[in-house]
Amino acid sequence: MADVELINIAKSFGSETAVRNVSMTIPDGSFVVLLGPTGAGKTTTLRLIAGLEKLDAGTIKIDGRDVDQETPAQRNVAMVFQQYSLYPHLTVRDNLAFPLRSPILKTPASEISKKVREVAEVLQISHKLDNRATELSGGEMQRVSIGRALVRNPSIYLMDEPLSSLDAKLRSDLRVELQRIQANLGATLLYVTHDQIEAMTMATHVGVLREGELVQFGTPREIYEQPNSDYVASRLGLPRINLLPADVFGSTISGAETIGLRPEHIVQGSGREARVTRVEHLGDQVRVHLQLEGHTITTLSEPGATYKTGSMVKIEPRNAIYFDRDGSRIT
Amino acid sequence: MATIDIRNVRKDFGDFTAVKESSFTIEDGEFFMLLGPSGCGKTTTLRMIAGLELPTSGEIYLDGEEISQKPASKRDIAFVFQMFALYPHMNVRRNISYPLVSQGMRRSEVRAKVQEVAGILGIERILDRPVGGLSGGDRQRVALGRAIVRNPKAFMMDEPLGALDAEFREHMAEELRNLHDRMNATTVYVTHDQLEAMQMGDKIVVMNNAVVEQFGTPQMVYDKPATLFVADFIGSPSMNFLRFSGEIENGGTDVTLDGQRLIVPRHLQGARGDLVFGIRPERITLSDTGGYRGEVLAVEYLGTTQIVTVQTANGVIKARISAGYSVSRGDRVGLEFESETVTLFDEATGKALISELNAEVLADG
Repeated sequence: MADVELINIAKSFGSETAVRNVSMTIPDGSFVVLLGPTGAGKTTTLRLIAGLEKLDAGTIKIDGRDVDQETPAQRNVAMVFQQYSLYPHLTVRDNLAFPLRSPILKTPASEISKKVREVAEVLQISHKLDNRATELSGGEMQRVSIGRALVRNPSIYLMDEPLSSLDAKLRSDLRVELQRIQANLGATLLYVTHDQIEAMTMATHVGVLREGELVQFGTPREIYEQPNSDYVASRLGLPRINLLPADVFGSTISGAETIGLRPEHIVQGSGREARVTRVEHLGDQVRVHLQLEGHTITTLSEPGATYKTGSMVKIEPRNAIYFDRDGSRIT
Repeated sequence: MATIDIRNVRKDFGDFTAVKESSFTIEDGEFFMLLGPSGCGKTTTLRMIAGLELPTSGEIYLDGEEISQKPASKRDIAFVFQMFALYPHMNVRRNISYPLVSQGMRRSEVRAKVQEVAGILGIERILDRPVGGLSGGDRQRVALGRAIVRNPKAFMMDEPLGALDAEFREHMAEELRNLHDRMNATTVYVTHDQLEAMQMGDKIVVMNNAVVEQFGTPQMVYDKPATLFVADFIGSPSMNFLRFSGEIENGGTDVTLDGQRLIVPRHLQGARGDLVFGIRPERITLSDTGGYRGEVLAVEYLGTTQIVTVQTANGVIKARISAGYSVSRGDRVGLEFESETVTLFDEATGKALISELNAEVLADG
């Protein structure tokens, strides 16, 4: 495995700028997740690293080597796409072996079958090796397509929303599995998603993209607890952070335009009166929706708490984050 | 508006039974969710209420009147589909007014009615626009407008948000619920998304394999599941199941798993054999001293909380604990269970054993 370094990379498609001056290092053995909405430049960044798109400017180094002139094959990256692309007429075993049978690699047959067995073990699909790809469930198919990347020994694994077409249960199983596989193999992995849960739960580092720019890079905990802008703050956290006028609770700090309050950072019992507009009992938590001077505020309560719609509760902030007019973090 | 009473309704399609004898009541003004995996019979149930399918047997009462064999057009129920079907060649106003015009309502009245509905939905400014260029959200609002304008007794919605992306979906879910709170119209809503059901519903019916597994408020269904299926289907992560072979006496308050005595609510029903100890992830705490132990397989950070996956002697479980607690993969940890929230199930029947926790709920079936 290897470090991958992006230095001021940029890419436009006609007048559309997809990636602007992105610099970041993907350390050897790390699990980096690029998070952002559709159109933020996530997939383009991935394709630039893979060599499927040509850079307009900047440098990409894999293991210290400038790869600009290298073909995708020479870069030795393994890619997993959102839509599993398996060969339907082949068995799981042959699908897994396929990348190793490439004539350039000249892998001996005994090596291939050993590698396939190992990967099947890791992905817990050993018992399905002789099934045809079409006889698998969606989750199994996606595991096989991840397995096809794993049989190789690339510099980096690039994954483009590999779990997004699966149902919620399977996604949560595979999240844990991917985390485990990455840690066990010591693999370097760059993973693209718009799903904040995937980013927070699996990543060693998260890069938040906005309109082609990398706006923050850090551990999930840093991104969640110390966002550098209101944009980043609202990308992570469910329910979403409350963004309110800075003076809504009275005193504020100079230059502050907006106050950011996570739902768990609202204390009940004293402070300003807000009206309860709706209460959602989600089992593990109670979400309380409030109105304060025409602003909607969401906060949390312990399971079992009871509220009446229309009643008033007093609230005050704790650990508020302040943002200036441009949305940049002040304190 | 309307109360809808479903009595022993069954639907067969040839040899295939889509819905087995099902009964539940939808109270006036409720936002009522039909929840279950695909193929469970929830959409067929909805279609029977709307009159798009006729039950093979059983009765459906709308405000006390038996309507099960009446055609859809005679039921005064509006249906909103997953794919919002608008007339592409008409503008927004004509799309919304269409149901009224076809009823032969007077022009001036139609105009007033459309204006009122547009006000409720906040789409006055697009009334004269063609539907072609509208955003997904506005299209959905127009489709809703067409349903609301008729002023029906009840609304049927079949996964109306199913085709939307996650962020927008959450927004529309809130808007739909707010709309319901303003109009207080009885609404029956089909979804396979348990979070959507918990968030939006006043009551939930959980269906599986053509059978109603449980029926109640979201909190009740979550805290006091009647079956293993319900416990597993609702909640994310879902309820943990520790499988063991053992027994509980009638009146008993503990079970033994992996040599450890674990406290449970006082049981009003005894059982022995293959049992399941069910505990919700947020009702588990980690401690150094806990006697029931396991090894941490994964830690998933979620901001305020983290989900810790633990291998135990009775299976893999997930605990939701504060993000401040320091724990890593490979750690041996002790587990403490909030005993008053435990549900025991009989593995063979899949049913919850009756205890002080759930007696009230399970007593009425």
